[in-house]
Amino acid sequence: MKRLITLTVNGTPYEAAIEPRQSLLQLLREELHLTGTKEGCSEGECGACTVLLDGRSVDSCLIFALEAQGRDVTTIEGLAQGDQLHPVQKAFAEYGAVQCGFCTPGMILSAKVLLDSNPHPTEAEIRQSISGNLCRCTGYVKIVEAIQAAARG
Amino acid sequence: MKNFAYFDPTSVGEAVQLLRQHAGQAKVLAGGTDLFLRMRRRALLPEVVVDLKRIAALSELSYRAQDGLHIGATVTHGEVVDHPAVQQHYGALATAANWVGSLQTRNRGTVVGNLCNASPAADTAPALLSYGAIVTLVGPDGQREVALEAFFQGPGQTALGPAEIVTAVRLPAAPERCGWGFARRTRTVIDIALVSSCAVVQAHNGVCGEVRISLGAVGPTPLRATRAEAVLRGQQPSAALIAEASRAAAEEARPISDVRCSAAYRKDMVEVLSKRCVESALRMLQML
Repeated sequence: MKRLITLTVNGTPYEAAIEPRQSLLQLLREELHLTGTKEGCSEGECGACTVLLDGRSVDSCLIFALEAQGRDVTTIEGLAQGDQLHPVQKAFAEYGAVQCGFCTPGMILSAKVLLDSNPHPTEAEIRQSISGNLCRCTGYVKIVEAIQAAARG
Repeated sequence: MKNFAYFDPTSVGEAVQLLRQHAGQAKVLAGGTDLFLRMRRRALLPEVVVDLKRIAALSELSYRAQDGLHIGATVTHGEVVDHPAVQQHYGALATAANWVGSLQTRNRGTVVGNLCNASPAADTAPALLSYGAIVTLVGPDGQREVALEAFFQGPGQTALGPAEIVTAVRLPAAPERCGWGFARRTRTVIDIALVSSCAVVQAHNGVCGEVRISLGAVGPTPLRATRAEAVLRGQQPSAALIAEASRAAAEEARPISDVRCSAAYRKDMVEVLSKRCVESALRMLQML
């Protein structure tokens, strides 16, 4: 049986009728049409579905949408301010850290979480922070360089 | 995924009542990082899911000098890693919890949920055993407490009754003079442990007091290496004694060979890691 939930996504309040078995990822992509969040492995390994739930990064493929009742979600669509890209997004574009682009939304959110709490991370800290995000193009060198550049500002 | 009825009670009593009402057909949801996967793979097909996260009391993570550490059922690994009192008084637990999965998994998965899954390789289990963890269970007949050693009964098997939930795991007050070591063998950073070991050592006047050495992924449950502990307890540590204790730990391990590595390798690694853990603990106590 469907149940009505309310939640905030990227600052906008939403209401949706959903089945218990629907994941937060499905809610975002299929009901709210926020398709920036990707579905990769669906097992909580690849991090393509990373979103911020009340400010903490989580894999939205392993969360029932009903668990998000009353919570605050940030997706990749919520990072830019109008036409102004977030500094991490800008750095990813400038440093060629985007290849096929599938891991990019999750990578950028993980990098943002790192830089918000640690504005000057070491390379090891950067690699640690994105260890829950897999890039099948294996473009890690440029991803790390982009995050370093975003940290330099 | 097969559909189910979702309940999010706001009290433990209500949750227990739901489990009793739907006996055998209900699963408890905390972080969901394991349950969701098993449901998607159809390894579990519950009719009812009882989410504990609206029960405010279960999110408590607190430390009091007299009582020790209280980790409620919905406290995530990430919260434990970040908690200043855990870092200060239970360093091995903070370190072990930081090894669990990825950041995304640590932000969601709970320590108690991980214990309830009863994987022999659960990353926090050896540290919790070495700090003397006690599990609080609440069911239709009230509340009871079980030592973590007795809570684990086999792979995926615990002392939980059909309508019981674990409301918390707690650690006794950390002793004043206490050193620890935690070590883990794995293939990559984000991978299940092949072997893990954790030593917590207390000392007075250059002599070891209580010693607890616990092992992960080398038996049907996480386990205490009690013979290894006895080698060091009450003794002035020496290289020979540390070596003897590490060998004893390897003898106590009951590993299997599987796709990840052989039983013989695991036994060898128990000896190596336990030695490192004891040495780390003694260095913290400035006894090495």
